[in-house]
Amino acid sequence: MLRRYVSIWFPYLITDRMSIRHPELKTLPFVLAAPEKGRMIIKAVNPLAAIQGIHQGMAVADARAIFPELKVLDPPPDLAPNLLRKLAEWCIRYTPLAGIDLPDGLLLDASGCTHLWGGELLYLQDIEAKLMGHGYRVRLAIADTIGAAWAIARYDKVRSIVAPGEQLTALLPLPAAALRLDADTVCRLEKLGLYRIEHFIKMQRPALRRRFGDSILVRMDQALGNRVEVFEPALPEQPYQQWLPCPEPIATAKGIEIALSALLEELTARLKAEEKGVRTAVLKCFRVDGQQQQIAIATGRPSRSVRHLFKLFEIRIAQLEPALGFELFLLEAPVVEALSVTQENFWGDNESSQEAIAQLLDRIAGKIGGHTICRYLPDEHYWPERSVKRAKDFFEMPQARWPDAWPRPLHLLPQPERIEVTVAIPDYPPILFRYQEKVHRIARADGPERIEQEWWIEKGLYRDYYYVEDEEGCRYWLFRAGHYHDHHPEWYLHGYFA
Amino acid sequence: MASQSTSRIDIIRQLQGEVLALQGGVHRAARPFQGFQAAFEYAFPGQRFPTGVTHEFISQNPEAATATNGFLAGLLHHLLGNEGICLWVSSRQYIFPPALRAFGNAPDRVVFINCPRPQEVLWTIEEALKCEALSAVVGEITHLGFKESRRLQLAVEQSHVTGLLHRRLVSAPNIVACATRWVITPLPSAWQDNMPGVGFPRWRIKLLKVKNGRPGAWDMEWRDSRFQLVPNDRLVNDTFTQRKAG
Repeated sequence: MLRRYVSIWFPYLITDRMSIRHPELKTLPFVLAAPEKGRMIIKAVNPLAAIQGIHQGMAVADARAIFPELKVLDPPPDLAPNLLRKLAEWCIRYTPLAGIDLPDGLLLDASGCTHLWGGELLYLQDIEAKLMGHGYRVRLAIADTIGAAWAIARYDKVRSIVAPGEQLTALLPLPAAALRLDADTVCRLEKLGLYRIEHFIKMQRPALRRRFGDSILVRMDQALGNRVEVFEPALPEQPYQQWLPCPEPIATAKGIEIALSALLEELTARLKAEEKGVRTAVLKCFRVDGQQQQIAIATGRPSRSVRHLFKLFEIRIAQLEPALGFELFLLEAPVVEALSVTQENFWGDNESSQEAIAQLLDRIAGKIGGHTICRYLPDEHYWPERSVKRAKDFFEMPQARWPDAWPRPLHLLPQPERIEVTVAIPDYPPILFRYQEKVHRIARADGPERIEQEWWIEKGLYRDYYYVEDEEGCRYWLFRAGHYHDHHPEWYLHGYFA
Repeated sequence: MASQSTSRIDIIRQLQGEVLALQGGVHRAARPFQGFQAAFEYAFPGQRFPTGVTHEFISQNPEAATATNGFLAGLLHHLLGNEGICLWVSSRQYIFPPALRAFGNAPDRVVFINCPRPQEVLWTIEEALKCEALSAVVGEITHLGFKESRRLQLAVEQSHVTGLLHRRLVSAPNIVACATRWVITPLPSAWQDNMPGVGFPRWRIKLLKVKNGRPGAWDMEWRDSRFQLVPNDRLVNDTFTQRKAG
């Protein structure tokens, strides 16, 4: 299928934009400059400054020497991509496939669109007139390939339409830079006297590849249509809204609540996938008699908790007047903000409590130090000392399940303490043990639970743990280090049970 | 006549509730505390474990301290529910977090603050008790003066956070301003039919003081995520005469 591409070049994209915003700049020569290697370098010029001979990449001091009254402004940060994205969305009226072409252009896939405007010339004229009407200076070209359209838009001062299959002849008189080559390659070509495309396009490919690398061949093929080039169309942002049509009109508060929670579930599922949270939301209810009613909420922090949003809506449901009933519910979130996935889980649904606790912990950390605040997560080790790890932050969630198959003491001693024991039979729990001069006679015992040392972390003996209770009802966690084979094993107290 | 008497009881009960609220310190939580058996709840004003006040727990040896912390962990299970967050303030990390699972708590929802200096422990407990977003605060502290305890009580009167103050290994406990005073000591556990092995954690729970309630002593077991009374003939609940709340 024959494809036609339109390339739109905005030679003064940023300065035009600023002139639109601030009309007083329209009649002034001005430049945008940013520091670079200790000098102020001009990043963009407006047409009036360009007439004075000032160009991009010049130092501001040099430009001032040419034209002392020159106005120098700071460039707005990250303007170009966002601006181009908006313009690309605007261009959806001309073609379904419009993409941005950084740093200063747009690409439209005009295949099969131009006849709707009565031909390619009228199509281009319409786009140009509309953009000029907005205040943007543009150069356009249409060709079979993206590369050719790009080159003609930027480097051919006369033509703007390349007839199908004519891209080679159209490109021949253009400078080498029109092939979208990097500055280095263009410089090398010019050193060899190859200023225009016609000078080298007929050369043998291996010779070109050897001297200038593969990229020059790729760019030539793309411009001539021998190699397919794809571009990414900018998709218009889908508004955050959910519909719920009802087969039967709904007139009760309970019914509205059910509809609302169903809509919130769907909306929050999408917000979760996009890591966003609601700041404002509106529930629009369409009545059977054609009237529309709405209730709106706003949150202090981005939220996608169904429960929280539902609570905010719930107090306003009484304001709705269903009369004969609602047949359609529409939930919209006009303002959303970024909200990471982990942020909400640990702290539950309640936004204000999250804020309050975060503030409290900040105060504690500020006064007595952040190292005193500990939250623990399970670590996948059986060795008791290694079975928990400190959470890195307050949003980290357990990656593993908390183990609960075996009893663990509520108080674990930081270091196991030596005890003396009396054991009736090897591998049986002791009959009594002595700790800090006190003898504890054991009445009940569970165990042993053998925990092996993890040899890849630390060398040592395994432990046989016993959960014992003495005659007074105090419960302890004892272990024997190692086996009975040829030495007298050591016994330790490692914790207290509740 | 019967309807008249029931209505009179209702009126008295209502008035009692109002008086309790006026006296302060008793906060009507939205969710009633359900961790105890009904027989035990008669000890409390309005037959309900008081939340939004400070409770004092005294332990005198490491075994009793652990038993007390076990009882606190059980209380936390009912105070926190599924969503609450708790601060556990102490001078060093005594609790082994995985063991909180046995008392129905998610250990990662408990934030431990281990400050080595006693003044810092006190300051942290007070700040935490002022934070309404917390469900409960456990403070393990040895020395607590009356003046400091009064400050903590004033903090919870504003915020309605439940404060559980565990006075660890205190040899001669002084009087402090708390709604209740408890002593919890471990008891030998038992299985049905005298089966071998260590049973459910069992404690003797002495409620020495309770504002507007009846002090007493009970034997209890932590079983099925609840405090369950263990019948004991030897204990006479009238040992502790009802005394005026202070």
